[in-house]
Amino acid sequence: MTRMKPVDVVIVGFGWTGAILGMELAEEGVNVLALERGSYQDTSPDWIYPNIADELAYGIRGKLFQPLSRETVTIRHALSETAVPYRQYGSFLFGNNVGGAGTHWNGQHYRPSPEDMAFESHIRQRYGAKFMPSDMQIQDYGVSYDELEPFLDQFEYLCGTSGQAGNLNGTIQDGGNPFEGVRKRAYPNPPVATTYGAQLFADAAKSLGHHPFPQPASNASRPYTNPYGVRLGPCNLCGYCERFGCYMYSKASPQTTILPVLMRRSNFELRTNSHVIKVNLDSTGKKATGVTYIDAQGREVEQPADLVIVAAFQMHNVRLMLLSGIGTPYDPNTGKGVIGKNYAYQMMSSMSLFFDQDTHINPFIGAGAGGSQIVDEFNSDHFDHGPYGFVGGAYILGGQTGGRPIQQLAVPPGTPGWGSAWKRAARDSYRHTLSMQTHGSVMAYRDRYLDLDPTYKDAYGQPLLRITFDWHDNEYKMSRYVTDRMLEIAGALNPKPKQQSVTIRQSGDHYDIRQYQTTHTTGGVIMGKDPQTSALNRFQQSWDVPNVFVTGASAFPQNLGYNPTGLIGGLTYWAAKAIRETYLKNPGPMVQS
Amino acid sequence: MPSKPESPSRRVFLRQSLTAVPAVTLLGPGALAAPTAAAAPTAAAADYAPRYFTQPEWDFIKAAVDRLIPSDADGPGAVELGVPEFLDREMEGAYGHGGYWYMQGPFVPDTPPTLGYQLRYTPREFYRAGIAAVDAWCKGQHGKHFAELTPEQRDDVLHQLEKNQIQLKDVPAGMFFSQLLTNTKEGYFSDPMYGGNKQMGSWKLIGFPGARADFADWSEQPGKPYPFGPASIRGDKT
Repeated sequence: MTRMKPVDVVIVGFGWTGAILGMELAEEGVNVLALERGSYQDTSPDWIYPNIADELAYGIRGKLFQPLSRETVTIRHALSETAVPYRQYGSFLFGNNVGGAGTHWNGQHYRPSPEDMAFESHIRQRYGAKFMPSDMQIQDYGVSYDELEPFLDQFEYLCGTSGQAGNLNGTIQDGGNPFEGVRKRAYPNPPVATTYGAQLFADAAKSLGHHPFPQPASNASRPYTNPYGVRLGPCNLCGYCERFGCYMYSKASPQTTILPVLMRRSNFELRTNSHVIKVNLDSTGKKATGVTYIDAQGREVEQPADLVIVAAFQMHNVRLMLLSGIGTPYDPNTGKGVIGKNYAYQMMSSMSLFFDQDTHINPFIGAGAGGSQIVDEFNSDHFDHGPYGFVGGAYILGGQTGGRPIQQLAVPPGTPGWGSAWKRAARDSYRHTLSMQTHGSVMAYRDRYLDLDPTYKDAYGQPLLRITFDWHDNEYKMSRYVTDRMLEIAGALNPKPKQQSVTIRQSGDHYDIRQYQTTHTTGGVIMGKDPQTSALNRFQQSWDVPNVFVTGASAFPQNLGYNPTGLIGGLTYWAAKAIRETYLKNPGPMVQS
Repeated sequence: MPSKPESPSRRVFLRQSLTAVPAVTLLGPGALAAPTAAAAPTAAAADYAPRYFTQPEWDFIKAAVDRLIPSDADGPGAVELGVPEFLDREMEGAYGHGGYWYMQGPFVPDTPPTLGYQLRYTPREFYRAGIAAVDAWCKGQHGKHFAELTPEQRDDVLHQLEKNQIQLKDVPAGMFFSQLLTNTKEGYFSDPMYGGNKQMGSWKLIGFPGARADFADWSEQPGKPYPFGPASIRGDKT
């Protein structure tokens, strides 16, 4: 095996969190090496116009996705079942290459609500411990919203997020989200122009007494230079965000916010086509010595490092921890062990509303986040859950992310799936369809977790990660409640739609991996206050091996109703500061267990 | 560092687009909604020689997609827009060979459908097996291959496949139908450079502007009909 020259810090995976930590730690002067299993990619030449405006290549075949042919996951609904491979993309989408899923996200950029960060404590205090079902095992993050606020802000200013503040230093702002936590300063950019469909939604919501606001968007609404000196261009609502790279340099990604500066630093190195298979430990098992990866030619390479940062996608982080033997694997029968624990997802419902020929929604005028409107009254714990018997919630969105016809064309209910009637309905509906959706939280449960599959292997012969997941009653109730609120908004629309269709997961429906839902999978290497119940301390540092940090949504103890990227970025900057100011001066556990 | 997002090709494209504005505007928004069938070419698939599909398979494909998206007074259908050519080209590419899918065993085909595709067929194998099975069933039932049936009979067979009411040899009928319909719509709506959607016929039909991908001004004119016809990735416009 080839042994490389030691480095101070090795980062596994080069998406959002890898790029942030690469930048922050390189600024500290240490030698940083990032290992990315994919190849290099950048706005030019990879996502240039008009080549990027190709729904088939990117949106359907998934040119920016991790090839499942080499590595996937397996899935089962219950402990008693045998898992089968996720052979084709459906429910969620992995990223690939430099930037990872941070290149093909939508830019929907939220902060958590303050109560989300200490959710178990909050629910117990407000409703009593018995309000939670006995198999629900939600937890606190161990870091508060107020502690995290400067870092959530830092990530927004990195991304050039466009939005309207709702709570500036404790003063509620007109047109913003009145439920948001205190923010110390406004968003760096004003909201992206609201699309027509979103405006109809917002008007209807207002007539019911709700407080709609522009969705916070990391699609820059104007030219913007971020604190690293990198410049983003204004979004033109081209309709090619999710599943695509941004040819306008508008959507925040590592490429549009960090890499132009980081790639020039002499103490930073990126090695692509480097697939990490293991974090190496010394004989005590308490200290990491580096990582082993497979290089572009297929050789095993040992990379010694003093500090290892596991910064891949949520599921890949969990798998690497299990493959490396760091921390105790979670056992769903005893509830003991921490790695793989508290896997969670999100639950969506959606509506299509079909207007007459005079109402031009023009769905192709869209951005991943910009232009949509949000109602947050029924998310997190913004309302009294007492009468309803569930915890968590969802925001309600009205608007459009694009009108790409293979994936985003809807026809009215009752239309056949093919033939002349389908074709006529497609023609008559396409330009006149408004979309709404609810985007909801999923709690953590004792029998929902991740471990290594006993049968299926990746292209290198390593076991695949196995998901054991299905919906619980709490989430069916949550989705029904918030979807009913969405239906009320639909009923208040002016003009009135001719027809509408609703997709909702009903009690008893199994998790269906064929339908895209969200890529917001969470948990498995969760952070918390107690090493008995969490894998990481409040700084995302491994309790068991203190020179290993794990970043990303794998740290979430349960899933919130918001898109995760804003919280992921905030937690990463929070960890970066702790590493820079505390860990590097005195390596070792930053929280005593 | 990126500061100038426009590539030369984009500037050329925008300039060309702008020259088209006055003419389109004169026609007015109503022009978009008009049926386009009269102007569309017919039998676009006739010129194309398939590379993957055999002649009997090619006959099946044309006969099937013609019913899934027919040509009629409302606008062009799948055969007219070259969807058979699209399908044949897909079979020869990475997609057809299963290059995008995890194809390692063991396979458990009787898994609940909610856990997704679990067959050992790549798309090209699935089409080969599926077409042979449907043709054999039609032969047994009607004494003819699928392509020789009347349009009404073909619709009837497709409905039965869709509802999984036919027992086919080695192929789950509903899954085969679903694969065929999914790929047919992909070919109908994807950029013309993939062989289907010739002259951007499907985009004109529904009013999708294709690869224009620039709505900076139109985002501030909510509710107004969008007046421009589609553009393709290779720069064709209508």
